[in-house]
Amino acid sequence: MIALPAKAVRMHARAAYAFVERNFNLVRRYWGWELVWLVYSIANALAITYIGAGMQHISGAVVDTNYLVLYLLVGSLVWGYLDIVFHSISETIAWERWEGTIEYTFMAPVSRLTHLVGQTLFSLVYGLLFTSVVFGVVALFFRLDIQGANLLGALAVGAAGSLSFIGFGIVAAVLPLLFPEKGSQMTHVVEAVLLLVSGVYYPVSVLPSWMQRVAAISPATYALEGIRLAILAQSTWGALFPYMLRLVVMGFVTIPLGVWVFGLAERYAKRTGRLKRSG
Amino acid sequence: MSFPALEAQGVCKYFSADGSRPLLPLPWLGRQAKKVAAVEDISFRLPRGEILGILGPNGSGKSTLVRLVATLLLPDKGWIRVFGHDVVREAAAVKKMINRVSAEAAFFKRLSAVENLMYAARLYGMEGRTARRRIGEILERLGIAAEKAREPLEELSRGMQQKVAIARAFLTSPVLLLLDEPTTGLDPRSKREVQDFIRELRAVHDTTVLLTTHDMAEADSLCDRVAIMCDGRFVALDTPARLKASLEPTHVGASLEDVFLALTGKELQAEEEAA
Repeated sequence: MIALPAKAVRMHARAAYAFVERNFNLVRRYWGWELVWLVYSIANALAITYIGAGMQHISGAVVDTNYLVLYLLVGSLVWGYLDIVFHSISETIAWERWEGTIEYTFMAPVSRLTHLVGQTLFSLVYGLLFTSVVFGVVALFFRLDIQGANLLGALAVGAAGSLSFIGFGIVAAVLPLLFPEKGSQMTHVVEAVLLLVSGVYYPVSVLPSWMQRVAAISPATYALEGIRLAILAQSTWGALFPYMLRLVVMGFVTIPLGVWVFGLAERYAKRTGRLKRSG
Repeated sequence: MSFPALEAQGVCKYFSADGSRPLLPLPWLGRQAKKVAAVEDISFRLPRGEILGILGPNGSGKSTLVRLVATLLLPDKGWIRVFGHDVVREAAAVKKMINRVSAEAAFFKRLSAVENLMYAARLYGMEGRTARRRIGEILERLGIAAEKAREPLEELSRGMQQKVAIARAFLTSPVLLLLDEPTTGLDPRSKREVQDFIRELRAVHDTTVLLTTHDMAEADSLCDRVAIMCDGRFVALDTPARLKASLEPTHVGASLEDVFLALTGKELQAEEEAA
């Protein structure tokens, strides 16, 4: 293993932090949009969770309302968080194209890995803060009974899920690099498919078998199942381990794969002049 | 061994003609794009400390050449070296030595000058406290008031934005500065200030400059040598004085514009208006 000199590590750390600081500055400057997005996310989480609260009235059957409310709330929050991570990373290129800074960033003496690490750090911190605020507000509306839940286990599964979503985000970030006009919309299609098949608001088992096969390659499927087991079934670490292992393996495969594919796409964009085209 | 600041040999760059690009980057899918030469067989050497101007109408390949040097495009043929480092194989080393200012100030327009400059400083590995101090000094030198420097850049004038772009290049102390029409669209006063700053960069930091421009007077006053570029090729490369003298004895007292017209047969004025 090649050891990086301390000076080089500091340079990479500063460059990675450049993306974190820049993105938080942008969040601050676009505070109006952030507020709109926050209100929308809270309303969305509440609307979905109220389906659980109202199910007994809708169906006329006796249901475990607390279980249903928690089931839907976990789906809403976990998906919200993973979607922020995915979106922040997959929009790395689209964002720079929109602002007109892509050539400046690509000309800077920063490795693409450092660039993606910076963007990923921001997405994790921002995703956690945003999701915490949504949870804090939504929790005020329901009497949530989470006694006995393995909360640390749920957080560990969430962390492993983040890892795998980072890899998926990096792979998806290639699309706006290859397709300046339509790449950003393509990443939304990927998000939509993941939302549909990953069992965010219903068990994967209710899906047609071909969709279940797609669900098997979505990291969100395992993240949601693992977190629901930890919170709703109060499962032990041993029961959660297979989920975490699968998510970590997915991350270890998709992150290097994503960085490699991104490198190929960057070379293609530089060969064909696609960096400068605005989408 | 001392290398020239910039050296290019037989550089060619081709692009797909509009509409003929295949949907996917997979050559085995069949349809091949028609190629158009943006840069064709360009060779030159730029010694350290020199300002080389490239004059040419829109679409002549000036910006493509700058992008090739800036590692933003890969040449299809030939090679480019910056202080002996190949721009393709040693892109990381080249990136540390260069910076580029283009006609359109590439900034996060909602962020302030200070926020954009901090971003640039950190990208180039500068420590936070040092960066803040240098940013303050450079903005003061450029006459940008502290309160203006904290406003979103979109609220500043075009001339002010371009000054911030120059400040950003200055901040990272490049040994080779690529200026791609830095004064296009600026009022005469802002243009003069930017030109003075370029002279100062060379005088104080021994910076080598590659400058593309439509402006004949700018090329004449700023550049040690001028290349005239047309349809992707250099049709002349010499000092402004020698280029003008080349038209004698048929055209005594010729301007660079006369030289340009004689060599390319194209009007530059119309192109400037279109820019």
